[in-house]
Amino acid sequence: MQHFDGNVLAGPLAEFFSFDVTTATARCNGCGAVAELARAMVYMSPAGTVVRCATCDHVLATLVESGDRAWIGFSGVSAIEVRRG
Amino acid sequence: MSDASSLTSETGQASALGAAATRVPRAGWHVGTVVAAHRETPNAARIDLDVEGWPGNAAGQHLDVRLTAPDGYTATRSYSIASSGPATRVVLAIDKLPDGEVSPFLVDEVRMGDMLEVHGPLGAFFVWRPAAGSNAGPDAARPVQLVAGGSGVVPLFAMARAHADADDPTPFRLLYSARTPADVYFADELQELAAASAPFRLDLVYTRRTPDGWPTQARRITREALAAAVIPADQRPIVYVCGSTGFVERVASWLIELGHDPGSIRTERFGGL
Repeated sequence: MQHFDGNVLAGPLAEFFSFDVTTATARCNGCGAVAELARAMVYMSPAGTVVRCATCDHVLATLVESGDRAWIGFSGVSAIEVRRG
Repeated sequence: MSDASSLTSETGQASALGAAATRVPRAGWHVGTVVAAHRETPNAARIDLDVEGWPGNAAGQHLDVRLTAPDGYTATRSYSIASSGPATRVVLAIDKLPDGEVSPFLVDEVRMGDMLEVHGPLGAFFVWRPAAGSNAGPDAARPVQLVAGGSGVVPLFAMARAHADADDPTPFRLLYSARTPADVYFADELQELAAASAPFRLDLVYTRRTPDGWPTQARRITREALAAAVIPADQRPIVYVCGSTGFVERVASWLIELGHDPGSIRTERFGGL
């Protein structure tokens, strides 16, 4: 399955967040690596989007959209750092 | 939980780049009117949109195009923006994917006056700003190496054009891998940039066919060819790599083997193999 990287999440996540989430740094629950979301690996299918850690392949987040609802899970992220201003 | 107040990896790379995150105009949905549509290469089109309400964009950003079928089915794809600055005129250059749902329509069917739904500007990670700009980050004075595979040149061209337009003194170098001379995007503009006063060097590599008299054979880029054509690691360049996923991952891994700091390599994958 082909994959992309976290840059491609900028559009889908801009629907739900008021800042550019792709420059936020996230810590992976699997291996502890810290990286901007833009550096994550992204697998997209009609069922939804899976975001994986670029270091250990652990699932960081999932995004499923259906009609007027969306489900955003950050199951593999222990914390994110967001820059103010 | 003191460590959650500032996420830092063991190498400190993420925090260094996090600090370089730049402010970008707020994204929104807009309607763009096609004001020019031309062939860019045998397999690609350049489309100029006038986007009402567009807040401008930084060099390297992208937008999403949403097509809606009469039955309500929608398809959305991301495209890099070849232009930057405050103007509402936005330039795209789109490669036609043989099995694509969106790109064949954009490349073959779009005409002047057509209207497209666009979402943007998007992404603040794969962005470069001139050193003189008020939003210049701490990386502004470092030399910049751009590495493009095929249509991956589009956001890198926006960066090189912004660099020339700002008459920015930062050394810039673009290594561009294209199939044949006819497949080079922005061929005339890149030659103009090479002649401009802002320091810019263009290195072309052809993978299928070279121009007559070209000093090297057509072949895919190798680690050795990469080493010979990029700003050396000891000059601490910021490196932007864009192209197909396979191209980006090969180049990025070679750059790390050549001593470049992983945290100073920014990548954007267009998918494919």
